[in-house]
Amino acid sequence: MQYMCLIYSKADSGPAPGTPEFSDYLKAYGEFTAMLQNKGAFVSGDALQPVATATTVTRENGKVETTDGPFAETKEQLGGYYLIECESLDTALELAAQIPTAEHGRIEVRPVMTFD
Amino acid sequence: MLPPFDIDQSITRIVREEWGRILAALVARLGDLQLAEDVLQDAVVQALSTWANRGIPDSPAAWLIATANNKAIDILRRSSRFAALKPELKYLTELESPATDPEDLQSLPDKRLELIFTCCHPALDEKSRIALTLRTLGGLTTEEIAKAYLDKPKTMAQRLTRAKSKIALAGIAFQIPTNDQLQQRLNAVLAVIYLIFNEGYSATSGDQIVRSDLSNEAIRLARIIHSLLPEETEVAGLLSLMLLHDSRTPARRGRNNEIISLQDQHRSKWSKDKISEGTTLLKDTLRQQKVGTYQVQAAISALHAEADTWDTTDWQQINALYELLYSINPTPVVRINQSLAISYAQTPKKALETLKTIESDPSIKTYQPYFAARADLHARAGDHEEAREDLKTAINLSENTAQTDFLRKKLERIPNNTQ
Repeated sequence: MQYMCLIYSKADSGPAPGTPEFSDYLKAYGEFTAMLQNKGAFVSGDALQPVATATTVTRENGKVETTDGPFAETKEQLGGYYLIECESLDTALELAAQIPTAEHGRIEVRPVMTFD
Repeated sequence: MLPPFDIDQSITRIVREEWGRILAALVARLGDLQLAEDVLQDAVVQALSTWANRGIPDSPAAWLIATANNKAIDILRRSSRFAALKPELKYLTELESPATDPEDLQSLPDKRLELIFTCCHPALDEKSRIALTLRTLGGLTTEEIAKAYLDKPKTMAQRLTRAKSKIALAGIAFQIPTNDQLQQRLNAVLAVIYLIFNEGYSATSGDQIVRSDLSNEAIRLARIIHSLLPEETEVAGLLSLMLLHDSRTPARRGRNNEIISLQDQHRSKWSKDKISEGTTLLKDTLRQQKVGTYQVQAAISALHAEADTWDTTDWQQINALYELLYSINPTPVVRINQSLAISYAQTPKKALETLKTIESDPSIKTYQPYFAARADLHARAGDHEEAREDLKTAINLSENTAQTDFLRKKLERIPNNTQ
């Protein structure tokens, strides 16, 4: 099964860029990704630019509405994701809990829908 | 031939006893909880008419499994996914040659642990864990569970459907957790069982008779898990704790269903069988020196059970056990219970000092037992005004009439020295 791990955290809650903690944080991400790849669990994963860069579009009666900002204003913002492949929720949760941001944020784990 | 009424009763009894075991075996085979439950339910309906005509078979469980199995094959064959199932044809043939004779049934692998770990998975919300456990392992009907938890049958049915759907869609595996997760997951299972027990034992609200069934069911579930995991001391600890608590059930209610506190209970009414079973099990378990919160609570309960009267209770040791319990599980509830032991081992004033240490904890602000306990300590320390205030708060916070009546009586008994 595939699981989407959505990485949420409050703005400014993790290590600040430029600090030694931040480089440890990036290193931890590198190691985590490598671990997923070694296990054969890695499908894809990326970090996202801050929520200030978000643009939202919607289409009403064929007319495109474009607005600045995210779809929902929340304290915890989506900062990145991993798409992983594993045999059960237990494994997915175990892996998701090792995502470095889990220390100060939260990871939402959702199974990917399959159509058969 | 037996009249139909008796057949129905026998079938209900058999189904209740065998339901969990059969359902677990079916889930293991079919890999689908909803399908397993549907076909077993259909098999039970068919049993009602078939057995009424032909009598109950030698092995009702084997009959139910075989019938449920055939129904599952029919459904799988008819489903549009049948073509896609071709690679699993081997699995279908296995399904088609099920164990039907009683000898084979004994060798049927017991999958109830897998089932309970699935039902009590932390990815499900607490109420759903409880409902699923009662439905799948306990064999209670949706209506019975709804009645016990004061829900509409429709709401409960939806809750169960949602939970089963999440198990299937989120890929919650039908398996015993790996070693490094086992303790944590087992704790979640034990918590569900203890919640079921307490719902029946404390009856915070609702129908008393339906509720006491819940306590019996929790004990039955703990027995099953204890038989499957005999080396887990906390499982034995919980079973022992529930047996010891339950031993007092005949003495806990008066003629008008009013609550009788431990202090005022007729100890001769306590169930000696349950006390003996609980204490024997506890002694065997404590010997293994893998102590946990359920074992300590059982030990406290055992000291009460062993005391001939309230006054001869070993309060010193109970106080020490609460101190141990607090070191494992530092919660305000433990301190509240400990304060009573301190009040008898030492003085009510000392106990009030202990309660002061948790006074600022936000979780006790609406916790009725905290105010009831403090009222008792104040009353015994001679602070009647404070006792009255606390009792009034406790009455406002209580959730059922038996509890309110109990507290009101206490309030009436406090001397009014302000006038």
